[in-house]
Amino acid sequence: MKAILTLDNLASGLVTTIWTPVFVAIFLAIIAYAFWPRNKAAFDEAASLPLREE
Amino acid sequence: MLSGGVFFQRESAMPQPSISKTMTTGESGLALIFAVTAFLCLIASAKAVDAPFAFHAGLSAAASLAAMFFIVNRYYDRPAALPPAEINGRPNYNMGPIKFTAVMAMVWGIAGFLVGLIIASQLAWPALNFDLQWIQFGRLRPLHTSAVIFAFGGNVLIATSFYVVQKSCRARLAGDLAPWFVVLGYNYFILIAGTGYLLGVTQSKEYAEPEWYADLWLTIVWVTYLLVFLGTILKRREPHIFVANWFYLAFIVTIAVLHLGNNPALPVSFFGSKSYIAWGGIQDAMFQWWYGHNAVGFFLTAGFLAIMYYFIPKRAERPVYSYRLSIIHFWALIFLYIWAGPHHLHYTALPDWTQTLGMTFSIMLWMPSWGGMINGLMTLSGAWDKLRTDPVLRMLVVSVAFYGMSTFEGPMMSIKVVNSLSHYTDWTIGHVHSGALGWVGFVSFGALYCLVPWVWNRKGLYSLKLVNWHFWIATLGIVLYISAMWVSGILQGLMWRAYTSLGFLEYSFIETVEAMHPFYVIRAAGGALFLIGALIMAYNLWMTVRVGEQEVQMPAALQPAE
Repeated sequence: MKAILTLDNLASGLVTTIWTPVFVAIFLAIIAYAFWPRNKAAFDEAASLPLREE
Repeated sequence: MLSGGVFFQRESAMPQPSISKTMTTGESGLALIFAVTAFLCLIASAKAVDAPFAFHAGLSAAASLAAMFFIVNRYYDRPAALPPAEINGRPNYNMGPIKFTAVMAMVWGIAGFLVGLIIASQLAWPALNFDLQWIQFGRLRPLHTSAVIFAFGGNVLIATSFYVVQKSCRARLAGDLAPWFVVLGYNYFILIAGTGYLLGVTQSKEYAEPEWYADLWLTIVWVTYLLVFLGTILKRREPHIFVANWFYLAFIVTIAVLHLGNNPALPVSFFGSKSYIAWGGIQDAMFQWWYGHNAVGFFLTAGFLAIMYYFIPKRAERPVYSYRLSIIHFWALIFLYIWAGPHHLHYTALPDWTQTLGMTFSIMLWMPSWGGMINGLMTLSGAWDKLRTDPVLRMLVVSVAFYGMSTFEGPMMSIKVVNSLSHYTDWTIGHVHSGALGWVGFVSFGALYCLVPWVWNRKGLYSLKLVNWHFWIATLGIVLYISAMWVSGILQGLMWRAYTSLGFLEYSFIETVEAMHPFYVIRAAGGALFLIGALIMAYNLWMTVRVGEQEVQMPAALQPAE
């Protein structure tokens, strides 16, 4: 009988599963970055960037 | 066409530092490469195993020679020093390639809308194919889709991206010949693709019909495009990378990945047009719709959202409503869009879980889509009155409204039970066109109406009244188009699934075709109105360039050195 749980399967299973929480974590970090109070001034300035150019 | 002063700024009047004139490595290298390519294409043409390949190889030999002469001529015409990146401390923007792509967008747009009208009429009156193989529906349909998406939309995206990246980075476009290579090379790809369709050359993958040699050429052009864009961002003088550039970059990178993923093929002969795709069976189908839907997501959405984030604030003279939302909008779109493709394969051999996954992500996509729509619309806060007086801004804003509408309809249609009614019917065609005509078309028109006076240095458009006519005629056309397709599609779907009390299908297929005839006529009428609007636009833009009043403020490139 072929072994179902091998190191290879475990590794590939882990790799294909792990990026779901990783991507969710990255996305949450992006939201935190977007709403971080200290970034507000810089973002407000960036919002009018098209209006400031020469 | 390229010799005139229409595209090139005359810079020879400027005092030149006395340096000896030599060809740059790019000029001599590229001229040599084109000379070799011309020779190889000539051989390929002579050894060709099919007529269309012989034609394309011959055309490519001629085009390579023309490119070589263009490079050498340009070298003899130009001053010894290359155009400076800055003049008197102000960026010396490179507008030539933008002017070229803006003109090509208009030319291809009209051609694409016209072919669309022809095939819409063929569906209503099949005799219109005149029994000629070159103009039958199967060949004209990819010509229409490629012309409007890749030729019209693509040129609008290249034109606006080259403009926005320069202005928002306050830096001259990277490269000297490279931007010209991108715009000319891209349009040459369109020419090869389009003539191929008419001659029956296709790899039969929807929106990826061009054969292997056109695909290879596009890869080279596209990588150069990426390098020019990235190069400009790298030498920016503005520390912050504006959100529109993020969207453009996502569009360029993702299209490269999609193109490479979907198109690996083995040609039957290196001297023939036919090839076979590396993928087989359901994997091929999945790859195809991973490509196909992300072409919608990153070509027709991300790229045009970049236009929205730059041109609406600029035209309304208001900042982006919420820059925070724009960041979340961007990343949510990136994270979600890439998974939505399987909804094109509901109720097929694709595994059920994959279909459900595609459906789930498609529904989730509704959120970033509407987040972006709200951000675009709310940018008008404090400037809503401008909608009354400025038809260009109205066009841009209505495009965002259409974006909201079709990104609500899309997730709804991706739900499997809804899809069981809508799939393979005209409802899909209606949905696509509310996005394509309403969103992509209008946002492109709005952007071109802004861009042409800016890059040709005109005070304003020739006639806002004509913009108003364009807006209303085209809007009426869209309404006719999509409402006809909704009715036709739902009618078609319901007729297909109607059973008699004895369990037999109630309608034969031809009865459903007959029932759709009036809606096909209405659809063609809508398409005709859309085309008329575009013709009005072309006239307006032409007159803007020809007789429009020069902007008083001189561009940086023409300011005399004091």
